[in-house]
Amino acid sequence: MTMIFGVPMAVLSGQLLIGVINGAFYALLSLGLAVIFGLLKIINFAHGAMYMLGAMITVIMFDALGINYWVALFLAPVLVGIAGMLIEYFLLRRIAGQDHIYSLLLTFGVALIIQGVLTNIYGVSGLRYVMPDVFKGGVNLGFMFMPYYRAWVIVVALLVCFGTWYMIEKTKLGAYLRAGTEDSQLMQGFGINVPLLVSLTYGFGVMLAAFAGVLAAPIYSVTPVMGSHILIVVFAVVVIGGMGSIGGAIITGIFMGVVEGLTKTFYPPASSAVIFLVMVVVLMIRPSGLFGKEA
Amino acid sequence: MSQSDIQKTILAQQKSEDRRKLILNTVLLVLLLLAPFAIYPVFLMKILCFALFAVAFNLLFGFTGLLSFGHAAFLATGGYTTGYLLSNYSGLTTEMGIIAGTLVATALGLGFALLAIRRQGIYFAMVTLALAQLVFFFFVQSEFTGGEDGLHGIPRGTLLGVIDLENNLNMYYFVLAVFLGCYLLVQRIISSPYGQVLKAIKQNEPRAVSLGYKVDRYKILAFVISAALAGLAGSMKSVVFELASLNDAHWHMSGEVILMTLVGGMGTLLGPVVGAMFVVNIEYQLAQGPLRDWVDPILGVIFVVTVLAFRGGIVGEVQKFVRKNMG
Repeated sequence: MTMIFGVPMAVLSGQLLIGVINGAFYALLSLGLAVIFGLLKIINFAHGAMYMLGAMITVIMFDALGINYWVALFLAPVLVGIAGMLIEYFLLRRIAGQDHIYSLLLTFGVALIIQGVLTNIYGVSGLRYVMPDVFKGGVNLGFMFMPYYRAWVIVVALLVCFGTWYMIEKTKLGAYLRAGTEDSQLMQGFGINVPLLVSLTYGFGVMLAAFAGVLAAPIYSVTPVMGSHILIVVFAVVVIGGMGSIGGAIITGIFMGVVEGLTKTFYPPASSAVIFLVMVVVLMIRPSGLFGKEA
Repeated sequence: MSQSDIQKTILAQQKSEDRRKLILNTVLLVLLLLAPFAIYPVFLMKILCFALFAVAFNLLFGFTGLLSFGHAAFLATGGYTTGYLLSNYSGLTTEMGIIAGTLVATALGLGFALLAIRRQGIYFAMVTLALAQLVFFFFVQSEFTGGEDGLHGIPRGTLLGVIDLENNLNMYYFVLAVFLGCYLLVQRIISSPYGQVLKAIKQNEPRAVSLGYKVDRYKILAFVISAALAGLAGSMKSVVFELASLNDAHWHMSGEVILMTLVGGMGTLLGPVVGAMFVVNIEYQLAQGPLRDWVDPILGVIFVVTVLAFRGGIVGEVQKFVRKNMG
């Protein structure tokens, strides 16, 4: 068997694959954070809760109504997106002029509520979601075994990331969004409905999180607390990458997943801490982040 | 009214306000001294420890404008260090263990500060949260913390080798003395020229920079003092409860101290104390009743309502009310 640095090739590539998948989730989540941050200038602390909601809704809809994966992939993000827009409209909008720290605290409170209520109803032990039949099994690539579902996650996550990047950087709607980031008052002056744009942006950002949640449902354990840990990791990813560029958020997310996977192969005890350690190093060497624009 | 008349009125107002403050403080002190005869001392000590924790946090958040989302790390570091030392070295008196815990937390605070200071605003909050999570992982995997179980049966020992702290009343007065000392220290700090610079940084950092202040140094020092006091709170807490656990290191705890400060009134001296009383009490009351499983969502609701409706917190709103109706 081929060995690389004393680790069998199959093990290494298996961990790398898991790393890329985790990285895809980090990318989707930090992308949503970056989109929201761009226009609203807030850090959405409820992002982890929205990711969790996406996964929970998928499982609950299947158990209660028999709604399948494909419908959930569309329906769960839409439901969460609507919930997000309601949160923006009824809560965030009321403190729009205040210090951004308040909106961070507000979304933190919202996250506590969502997570707490669901924990009471469903407990923390985790729900099971049966993978759709299409995805059972996998393909042998020669050097490793590739489960179909994991391949699907990577492909679809990358497509969504690219689509978001394209929409923001290349379309007219994206141009409005970027302009709003620069100067929302001027935008308003040009007759563009900025409050609506803000609502849509927040809704879209949390939709991305919920979409990641649906993708996660068949492979991760679905619990009401699944969002809080991954959110802290994603915060570290965002600090590493900087939120200045959409592309930067995507690349950093995937890269960090791979770093985590490699650490798990070569030095397992550090795997849960490695992203935070990378963050420390980045802060020392390049405080504004790898792709950051702000000082 | 002539100029001197105005001055006289202002002086008279100042005097009456000073007198009011003196009376208020005396009443509070007497209440604190008598409290353990009416209320279970351990519960009071819990409030005092969290009050100190919140006062420490408020020095940073309320007066300097830096939101740390990682203060649990200092609380836990103080607690674990003190707990480990007192459990394993029987020659140590309790105050030595507490001082050691505080020092380690202080050093950790310096490390946090040097890194986090490189980013501003919400990034600062994210960096501190991530660093605290790193500390959390360290505690989970370390041998000396007892991992998921935590440290149990930490001996309270004796103060200065003389006063028996197993006695709840002795313990209470010790905790009260430390708390009051720290409270006065923070009061002194914020009314000093140094404290004024901190406020200036909070109000407008670029302006403070342009006035020639080395803003980063001021921020780092504020962070370190805050971490030290938070560590002290954790050290005392571990002695009071004879327990140090992972709960103290969890991000949830960092959120809780923010809530205490916010609800009580950030940027006021008494606010965090009132907030700690409020939150500890609510958690206790809820734990007794039918809503015991709903503590988290209820805290979340309090968070949301405070941010939306009264950002000044309890003390801030009372001050506003008093100023409007009695000033």
